[in-house]
This record gives sequence, structure tokens and C-alpha cells, in this order.
Amino acid sequence: MADPRAHIVVHALTLAYGDRVVLTDLDFSVKRGQVFIVMGPSGCGKSTVLRNLIGLDEPAKGDVFYGDVNFTRAAAGEREAILRRVGVLYQSGALWSSMTLAENVGFPLEEYTDLTRDEIRDVASLKLALVGLEGFEDYYPAEISGGMQKRAGLARAIALDPEALLLDEPSAGLDPVSSRLLDDLILQLRDSLGATIVVVTHELASIFTIGDDSVFLDAETRTAIAGGSPKELLAHSTDARVRRFLTRGAEGDPGGRADG
Amino acid sequence: MLTLEPNIAVGRIAADGALSITLSGAWTLRSGFPSAGPIAREIATSRPRSLVFDVRDLGAWDSALVTFLRHLDALCESHQVAMRRDALPVGVQRLLALAEAVPEKPGVRRTSVHTPWIARLGTTAGSVSAVAFVGEVASATWRLTRRSARFRIGDLAVVVQECGVQALPIVTLISILVGMILAFVGAVQLTRFGAQIYVADLVAIAVVREMGCIMTGIIMAGRTGSGFAAQLGTMKVTQEIDALTTLGLPSIEFLVLPRIVALCLMMPILCVYADVLGIVGGAGVGVSMLDLTLVQYVRETVAAITLTSFATGIAKSVFFGALIAIAGCLRGMQCGKSSASVGEAATSAVVTGIVLIIAADGLFAVLLNVLGI
Repeated sequence: MADPRAHIVVHALTLAYGDRVVLTDLDFSVKRGQVFIVMGPSGCGKSTVLRNLIGLDEPAKGDVFYGDVNFTRAAAGEREAILRRVGVLYQSGALWSSMTLAENVGFPLEEYTDLTRDEIRDVASLKLALVGLEGFEDYYPAEISGGMQKRAGLARAIALDPEALLLDEPSAGLDPVSSRLLDDLILQLRDSLGATIVVVTHELASIFTIGDDSVFLDAETRTAIAGGSPKELLAHSTDARVRRFLTRGAEGDPGGRADG
Repeated sequence: MLTLEPNIAVGRIAADGALSITLSGAWTLRSGFPSAGPIAREIATSRPRSLVFDVRDLGAWDSALVTFLRHLDALCESHQVAMRRDALPVGVQRLLALAEAVPEKPGVRRTSVHTPWIARLGTTAGSVSAVAFVGEVASATWRLTRRSARFRIGDLAVVVQECGVQALPIVTLISILVGMILAFVGAVQLTRFGAQIYVADLVAIAVVREMGCIMTGIIMAGRTGSGFAAQLGTMKVTQEIDALTTLGLPSIEFLVLPRIVALCLMMPILCVYADVLGIVGGAGVGVSMLDLTLVQYVRETVAAITLTSFATGIAKSVFFGALIAIAGCLRGMQCGKSSASVGEAATSAVVTGIVLIIAADGLFAVLLNVLGI
């Protein structure tokens, strides 16, 4: 696409489940090495956007580009090559419950690299250490807490040193301190891996801490109604719906104090 | 430079005791990484005071390099050598710092402990909880007879449907085939003596006394027992059972009792059905291959079946039904917290169910023989 810094570009995307249209005419681009937030109230289709970015759902119309490659129109082999450079953290962690943490992280390495078993184990230990889970290699997902499962899921997402990292509600279900630590971790991973990070969330604290850029989805008009740095949006947006969301309903009340 | 293999060159020790390590080539997960062996040997023999890195010819790098350096770091620590990271790429330094940010909690790492088999016997396979479970089921059943146990009739109806009507097709198929197989096996032997009419006796007695209830039991263990275990196991994983418990609703009464009752009600009906179809299958072979007329076959069958052998089969099927339901529910309630353990629970329910059926049938055979029935 036009901007050489754009890593993921969404162009005129319309998302639907059967006849039910979730979002229409979505346009945004994610710059390389930035943390991009997909935000909006519950039910606005945030997670659906993420599923379309990685091909779990197919868009009704429009295209998703990774760099110059049209992911939506790409052949299966090409898609696989793109997805291998993308790491995904699912909402509930989605760790494979029959494998230990080291096996969970090592499985993609086993499939896609020629490393020996010991080397895979070492790399898996490194990834777990990066998310603060050193020593938990031989635990099963059911034996650790929810926050730890999230972090282990993150370790699996970064197993293959992805260029892009997609996180679906990373701080959902975490206490404020754990969720803050996870935010710090996301920023550190961005700085050290240089990865592009797309975060789907509605946690305001996270949005302001980690977001470099964002898109705001609205459930009623079914499209993006705002975009840009979350802090800028808070300071300068005049849209009542955006203000209401970013101030936890304190401003932008449709009944009175609109357009704060 | 970028496509070069990853390489290490160990230099000489400088005047200040620093050992220089030159890293070159591409260090990526795809290409693998060399072993730290040469450096370890050099550290052990020449005992440098510190390690310095030369990365001028270093190409692309990813986690492979960081993993290698973590190894080296551990090595340096054990030999009390300082590892000077300042020459490394900034990204590598950051990742190393991040990996060390949360130090390992002492005692968290797993070590395998060997337990003698006799000690494991008492704790594995949930032997203690199995005994407790059977006890709880027994007391719940007692409350049921006193009409103080509670469950929803709707639940019972759903289970009855699942393990009754919906089991008919598979029971039909298996029973007819078993009847036919018995008739075949018997026919080969009996025709040598011109006694093919006794194929009807053989099939009738075998099916009514043993095969009808055993085959139904095994079918039900496979489709319903495992189903019970998977249902209850999933309910355990998703905390539905916890939700019942905290509302003060005993899961044994609400979940286990309806399943046991349903299977005990349906098993005898399925067993009668299987008996009839087994005889039909035998008759098919007898009439089509042994020159017997249908009337002959039916009269011989009716003469062979006694009420005792018929009742024995039915009584056993009720008992088997209870065993299958208890095995299925037990394994479901013992299920762990992960999706893998639900699968294990279902498998274990089938194995337990079939073992119990066969063992109980053996016991019945001995018992009936002793009692002269």
C-alpha cells in the first residue's frame, strides 16, 4: 500500500455473520512497531475484526493486507506463510490442556524449525522467562492461575518471533496489578522484539498506557467512528460516543452534557 | 553476510583478563545455533575474568541468539566470570533483561520424585474416592426410596430418551448380527450329527441367558457410560457442579441418580428387545441355510426358553445398567479441570464399565450354579 510503514492495512472491510452485518466499510492501517488498539463498547465486533485479520472468519467484502500482500485474496500456502509471522493470544489463553507449558510453547518451534529437542526446550524456557514464568516449564495449564495462563499464552504467541502480535482482550479477567504488569510486558515486547502489536480491548487503563494508535468501533453505526492516539482522542475528540467511552460515561451523555 | 551460518570464534585473553568472543553470521531459529561447548572449555581451562563480545559481523538474529546467550550467562555465573553485554545489540540486551526481570521462585521447578508402587496404589485410580462415591450413591438411593431425594423429572426424561429410544438402532444391528453368528457357529458343528434343529435351542438359550444382556451392556457402556462421563466431566470443568454444590443441591442426587435410574429402567427393555432380535437373526440363518421351516424353528425356540433363563437375563441387565451408570458418573465426577481430562474420563468410563460387566457376569454364573438355577 501507499504508506511504507504500514504493516497491516484493512481496506473497505465489511464483516457479517450470515445475513447479520456486524461492521461495514472499515478502513485503518497499523504501522510497523506500534501498539494499535481496536476498541469500542461490548458487542461492536472487536473480536470479529481480529478473527478476520487472521483468516478465522472471511470478510463479506473488502481486503486485509499484510505489507504488500493481499491476505484475503491470497492462496492457502501464501496465507500460511503470512500467519507463521503472526502470533495470536486468544481471549482465554487457549493453551492446549494436554501439554505442559514448555510443550505448548515448543510445539510451533517443533513444527516450523529444525531445532533439536534440547534447543526447543531452551527457547521455550526463554519465552517463558520473558513473560515471567521461569521454572513453570513442566506445569500443565490447569495447574496455574488465569493470569499465568494468559502470560503463557503470550509466550506461545511469541514462540516463533512473530513480526505481528494480535492480542484478544489480554487483560480481561485479570486483577488491576496483573493487568498493569501485562501492559508493561506488551510494551517491553514491542520495544525488544520490534513487533507490531494489535490489541483488542475495552480496558481504559490499558488503552491509555499502551496505545500508540487506535480505531474506535461503534455498535450502532456499525463502523469506525474515530481513530488515532487514544490520549489525543481523549483530549480532542468531539464525538459524544467516543467521549462517553473514554471517560467511562462521565462525559458525552446523550441526554445533556454532550460533546464535552 | 546475512546468509552466513551462525559462528563463534573464541579469541585470546586480553591483559585485563577479558576473553573475547566473536559472534558472526545469522543467528535465527530457522538455522539453529551452535553449541557453547568451545567457550565452556576455554572458560574452564584459562579462567578469564570476564567475557566480551565482538558482534561486528553479526547478521540477523532472533530468539536463537538470546537463548544461546542465556546459556552462556548461566555458564559464566557458575564459573564466576562477568559477562559484559554492552557490545551486544540493544534488542538482545533488552530481551535478556526482560527474561531476568522476574526471577524464578525457589521451589517452583518440578523435579520427579519416585514413589514406590505400593504407595501409589493407594492414591492412584481414585480408589478412595471411588469407595466414597459408591457409598454416597447408595445413601442417595436409600433417600430416593424414602422419597426424600430430589431431582428434576425433566432431567430423568432426557436421560431416558438418550439411553432408551436413541440406543435402539445400534442395539438392533448388534443383536441381529450376534444371533446370526451364534447360529453359524452352532450350525457347522450340529449339522455333522444331523442335529441342526438344535441350532434354535443353542441360539435361544445363549441369547436369552447371556448374550442379550452382555451385548446390550457393552453397547451401553460404550455409548451411554462414556456419554455420562463426558457430560459430568465437562460440567466439572465449567464449574457447573460447583454451582450446584454452592446452591446446596447435592450433585449426586441431581446428576447421578437420574442417570442411574434411567439406565436401570431402560436396560431390561433394551435387553428384551435384544433377545428378540438375536433370535430373529438366528432364525434367519436357520431358515435360509439349514432347511428348517420357520414354524419348526419357532416351536423349538419356545420349548427351549424357560422363564428362569429369561428372568436371569433381565435381572442381570438391570444390574449391569446400574454398574454402567455408576462407572460413567464416577469417572465424570473424578474428572480433572482440563479438556484433556474429559477425554480420559470418557475412556476410563468405558473400560471400567466393561470390566465390571464381565466380572459381574462371571460372578452371576458361579452364583446361579451354586444356587442350582
